[in-house]
Amino acid sequence: MVGLINWLSQITAVTKFSLRTVPERLGSSASAVFGIAGVVAVFVGVLSIAQGIRQTMVTSAAPEGAIVLRSGADSEMMSGLGREATRIISEAPGVARDAEGPLSSAELFVILNLPKRSTGTDANVPLRGVERAAPRVRADFRLVEGRMFEWGRNEVIAGSAAAREFAGLDVGASLEVGREQWQVVGIFATNGDLSESEIWTDAKVLQPAYRRGDSFQSARVRLNSAGSFQEFKDALTSDPRLDVKVARQDEFFAEQSIVVVTLITVLGTIIAVIMGLGALIGALNTMYTAVSERTREIATLRALGFRSGPVVASVLTEALILALAGGLVGGGLAYVAFDGFQAATMNWQSFSQVGFAFAVTPQLLVQGAVYSALIGLVGGLFPAIRAARLPVATALREL
Amino acid sequence: MSESNNVLVRVHDVDKVFRRGSEEVHVLGGAHLEMPDGEFLALMGPSGSGKSTLLNLIGGLDRPSEGTVEVGGLRIDRLSDRKLAGWRARHIGLVFQFYNLLPVLTAERNVELPLLLTHLSRAERRKHVAAALGVVGLKDRSQHYPRQLSGGEQQRVGIARAIVTDPTILLCDEPTGDLDRTSSDEILNLLSALNEEQGKTIMMVTHDPHAAARASRTLYLDKGKLATEPEE
Ligand SMILES: Nc1ncnc2c1ncn2[C@@H]1O[C@H](COP(=O)(O)OP(=O)(O)O)[C@@H](O)[C@H]1O
Ligand SMILES: [Mg+2]
Repeated sequence: MVGLINWLSQITAVTKFSLRTVPERLGSSASAVFGIAGVVAVFVGVLSIAQGIRQTMVTSAAPEGAIVLRSGADSEMMSGLGREATRIISEAPGVARDAEGPLSSAELFVILNLPKRSTGTDANVPLRGVERAAPRVRADFRLVEGRMFEWGRNEVIAGSAAAREFAGLDVGASLEVGREQWQVVGIFATNGDLSESEIWTDAKVLQPAYRRGDSFQSARVRLNSAGSFQEFKDALTSDPRLDVKVARQDEFFAEQSIVVVTLITVLGTIIAVIMGLGALIGALNTMYTAVSERTREIATLRALGFRSGPVVASVLTEALILALAGGLVGGGLAYVAFDGFQAATMNWQSFSQVGFAFAVTPQLLVQGAVYSALIGLVGGLFPAIRAARLPVATALREL
Repeated sequence: MSESNNVLVRVHDVDKVFRRGSEEVHVLGGAHLEMPDGEFLALMGPSGSGKSTLLNLIGGLDRPSEGTVEVGGLRIDRLSDRKLAGWRARHIGLVFQFYNLLPVLTAERNVELPLLLTHLSRAERRKHVAAALGVVGLKDRSQHYPRQLSGGEQQRVGIARAIVTDPTILLCDEPTGDLDRTSSDEILNLLSALNEEQGKTIMMVTHDPHAAARASRTLYLDKGKLATEPEE
């Protein structure tokens, strides 16, 4: 016990002097800090894209939302439901109701081509035909500008992310749908979820414009509670009149976003690892320099009877502190530069653009800090071993 | 037994081999040395003759390639690195030519360093440090950093650090090698006093006959032989 305390006090003592010598090695220490800061900033920055997309597509989806597609369809694009099917769905057990009826909206999904504000090039934007319950099916629907479209008229409202990304979606502008001009009469928000990247209109006016007869592609419902899902699903899948698949809204979007999120995460990790190797070499270099500049001091301490353990610990601690400082700077930089940054990406399931905001989450910052600590520990390890193995007599005579 | 009782250091037939590229350099080549307790020994000899090597072997900073080194009845050439570090902390006081003080620590903290390896409380350490700085006459410089002290003062701090643990033996490698006459004399007076008044056993490597004259015995090391007279 006394031995352990003695050993720990040796470590703290040696670490304290070595940290006091850092200012003498400011240049090389600072370069390690900034190298690691750069890596962490890029790492956190890239992963904040994946986080942002996830949040847009998954996190903001209400847990009591459900989506019904034709069985075998992986996305709304590939799905189709008849009028009769959507009626049966709206009356299924578990569907929430309010004064105006069941919270169920049969929807139609088509793609428009519009120029992006940023580049002027055309990109896909979803135009969704909805029923009257649609705003109430989505938990946080609200109009932020203009008014709701009138049912039965060639009018649309645009989601705020779509309005931000695409030119020609301002209130008062008109839009070519089929061969007609439709008016943009309002902008809506849905608390940052996927709907904000869409344009909405009355399903009944969209059907003839796209010659869809009286058919739809999906039904969105709001359930009494998240717990009602199983009952709802069982009722529909066991109904012989239907051939549908039923998914929780959040799981459906999670599945849809998985390709993009995984791709970006993998890409971000690869970039971070490659850059990390660079920063690691920087950290190694810094710590080797630190050890060689402290050779005299380390040899003196060893000569006086300090063991190699505390010397190793002091080198590792210094590396760790420098690395964490870098991690902190990098994380802060990423937060300031990227958090909330608006962008758009392709939704690979609907082949249309999804607007999202980079999300530098606390979890990402912790990951960045852990990554920087790892670089510091590995970068400090070999120099620390060199310091420990320093032959005392030889080191003393070199000075 | 009765005769060997007061022999503190016994170096028997030691050789140290250094490798310089592919070439092997034999230093010391089977040297013998006995130092009685309480002796102040000066070790002279040409540069490169192996004086520092011998001192390092006795201080447990290095191990012989051949032969044995016994200090206070203990075969230190057989100790593990770990044990040797602990042994140095308890038994050896080292004084270096270039003082080897830690520049980031005050005189007081530098002197305290070896005490961090003991079980003494902070208050006890303070007391020992004050006493050691008193012995070298630097009580009023305790809060100074090495760069604020003259060479002679730095070496006195070095001596305070070497004696603060009350070691069995003081090993000084050219302690006055970097000092002017006046400072040298101060250091030599200090070492003499430690030897005469406190009975400290001291081994001092020096190039300076004037310094060696202060010791109780002088040995000359040349071509691996220890002699009482310098070779022509
Ligand atoms: N660690 C070492 N590595 C290689 N050669 C060494 C080492 N230590 C000493 N030597 C060589 O051993 C010889 C004796 O050195 P040293 O003991 O320092 O001599 P002195 O102190 O008498 O000047 C020299 O030739 C020196 O170059
Ligand atoms: Mg020498």
